[in-house]
Amino acid sequence: MPDVHLTIDGRDVLSREGSTILDACRGLRIDTPTLCQLDTLTPVNVCRVCVVELDGSRVLVPACSRKVEEGMKIQTDSPRVRHSRRLVLEMLASSVDMSLTSPQVHGWMGRYGAEPSRFGKVATVAQPVKIDNELYVRDYSRCILCYKCVEACGVDAQNTFAIGVAGRGFDAHISTEFDVGLPDSACVYCGNCIGVCPTGALMFKSEYDMRSAGKWDESRQTVTETVCPYCGVGCMLELHVQDNSIVKVTSPLDHSVTSGHLCVKGRFGFEFVQRRGPKS
Amino acid sequence: MDGLLGAPEPVHHHVAHGGRITRTQRHLLLPVLHAIQDRVGWVSRGALEYACRRLSIPPAEAYGVVSFYARFALEPRGEVTVHVCDDIVCQLVDAIDAPEGARRVPCLGLCDRAPATLTERFGAVYEAVQSAHPPFRQPGSKLLRRIGVVDPESIESYRDHGGFAALKRAREMGPAAIIRAVTEAGLLGRGGAAFPTGRKWQSVADQPVRPHYLVCNADESEPGTFKDRVLLENDPFALVEGMAIAAFATGCEKAYVYVRDEYPLARERVARAIKEAREHGYLDFDVEVRRGAGAYICGEETALFNSIEGKRGEPRNKPPFPVQVGLFGKPTLPNNVETLVNVIDIVNGEFGDTRLFCVSGHVLHPGVYEVAMGTPLRSLIELAGGLPPGRTMQAVLLGGAAGSFLTPEQIDVPLSFEGVREIGATLGSGAVMVFDDTAEMKQVLLRIARFFRDESCGQCVPCRVGTRRQEEILERMFSSHGDGRADVMLLSDIAQAMRDASICGLGQTAANAIASGLTQLKVLNA
Repeated sequence: MPDVHLTIDGRDVLSREGSTILDACRGLRIDTPTLCQLDTLTPVNVCRVCVVELDGSRVLVPACSRKVEEGMKIQTDSPRVRHSRRLVLEMLASSVDMSLTSPQVHGWMGRYGAEPSRFGKVATVAQPVKIDNELYVRDYSRCILCYKCVEACGVDAQNTFAIGVAGRGFDAHISTEFDVGLPDSACVYCGNCIGVCPTGALMFKSEYDMRSAGKWDESRQTVTETVCPYCGVGCMLELHVQDNSIVKVTSPLDHSVTSGHLCVKGRFGFEFVQRRGPKS
Repeated sequence: MDGLLGAPEPVHHHVAHGGRITRTQRHLLLPVLHAIQDRVGWVSRGALEYACRRLSIPPAEAYGVVSFYARFALEPRGEVTVHVCDDIVCQLVDAIDAPEGARRVPCLGLCDRAPATLTERFGAVYEAVQSAHPPFRQPGSKLLRRIGVVDPESIESYRDHGGFAALKRAREMGPAAIIRAVTEAGLLGRGGAAFPTGRKWQSVADQPVRPHYLVCNADESEPGTFKDRVLLENDPFALVEGMAIAAFATGCEKAYVYVRDEYPLARERVARAIKEAREHGYLDFDVEVRRGAGAYICGEETALFNSIEGKRGEPRNKPPFPVQVGLFGKPTLPNNVETLVNVIDIVNGEFGDTRLFCVSGHVLHPGVYEVAMGTPLRSLIELAGGLPPGRTMQAVLLGGAAGSFLTPEQIDVPLSFEGVREIGATLGSGAVMVFDDTAEMKQVLLRIARFFRDESCGQCVPCRVGTRRQEEILERMFSSHGDGRADVMLLSDIAQAMRDASICGLGQTAANAIASGLTQLKVLNA
């Protein structure tokens, strides 16, 4: 594929045709904040935290989805870019509980000087946690509406289509049809939505219970890599273990077999491992 | 629903369809939902699930669609529903006695007959009735010359007034010459964005990918705008002729007219005009009328495509632009009603570069007026009879909710794209709302903020949260006694992020009117 010449923050870059501005920024080791972007999912460019300034464009453009073009001149740290990134982070944090997002997100909040409290007393998406099954919980007061779970449930991974975005505006939310509980929906409990959720809105029931009891402690956890024993596909599992018990299961995003996705057995079928001795 | 899709297969034959069949039926979701609601007044869970089975759509996705559009009800309601407009213009006049259970809705596009209502009766025969108004003529006009003169339900009447002569001439000229004429006339799109029409046509004509689609955007939902309704209701054959010329020039195999749900008469008349024109051999391509479902955002072209495709009306990121990747992923020509009607005069060599304006609010004769580009705003207001006797002007809102406020000192501005740009305003969709000294401008600003909060699709953060915060902060400012300087700064920060980082024009303009209102009007405590 031919290369495309562009300039980012005054530096000349050669980029593959068809790649995105974000790819080019990463090539230059420019830390670009992203929330709704994931390498394994189709870009939806909805969070707008990755916006950059493009010469000749009236508005800022999303780095995650905008393809590189010959001769582009891009600024990733101009006052306009910093302003929009700050406001996006502030707006999100003023309406959503972002306490369980990655330390990286908190780093961006610091870098752009986000002060969510300056909006004063305003509406949030706070609501009770949805616990309707034994495998995972949905805490939509942590949901930033990044669409990742919908994509993972749909054509990007699972093709189950158990959830979608319902309502609109500030009231838009992730929902099953008529907001029925997961047991009544099309959900197959593959847990791929949990795998892509960046905010802890979707969480293993085991993790949720331990957090509620104050027992969750990542510093005491180890990760053991193994191959799923259930079938011949060969999915790699990462078993997160605390106090000699498996507390959650993930798969690496860059694994050639799974791309981070698993099925219900690999994701949740670990209980047999911790059965110690016959049932009395 | 079975009327639309045919009788269902016997149960023992039913298989879940996938692949091609799914893809070819997906776009029928909105027509199916309308069929359900017209019959029983709401969309029940059972009805939605049946629709999903017939169309092979996952129920969660269909629920997302149904809950997106304001006009679909998810709760049972009576046989009759009355919608009462409480938008900018209608809230200026004395409220009518709304019957119990009436729904308050945003602009119904009937600002010339404020306060506006729309009454729906559900059942075997669905009826929708708009508040009535006598027909309206404007002597000496060009685009409006047939309004109130021709019979909008008769193709003979249209032909008697010169109809379809332009189409005949266009076919003699050939596509290239038509596009050249449109480009040379300098026609700019009349939907609000003012993009050069000739350039858009050329881009679509040049696309090698097939088919090409023509989409007439008749989802006129900008508060204070009703010009397209007047054209559709009173001169529907002109739109059909304009579309036939556009499709011929750009090689479109299929066309859609997307009419907002709030315009039942316009929809009926344009559907009838298409049918008659086809019977008389004027249309050699397929034209389908599609019905919106209560979403301002669907006036944005890419949201409109998604809506036709049976999805939530969420705008797409551009590029790619519609002329390359539009409806169903194919090259698409989206044009506004007034733009297409203008093409007739261009082909006939009679283009006059006039423009339709919708004058409403505190004027004696609200309505659609046609004036030459560059006419001073003051003359337009005088044409509409001026203010009621004894009143003085407080402000004019130019361009609708996405436009900006002008002060009485600014009303000599010439109504041209360049003229208004000089004072930081836009013509937008041609809405001119006049406020006299009795208007409560704080209420007007709050209504605009509420409008955008209600109509944001919710896809991108700057607009979803920004429109909400904008409304909250404005409410706080107007109800407190402080000077609100910190809040003004906050609003300006939000406005810049919405303008810079929103996906589409809704978010990018959602702060315009409020920002201009705060600087131009005396709404803040000194």
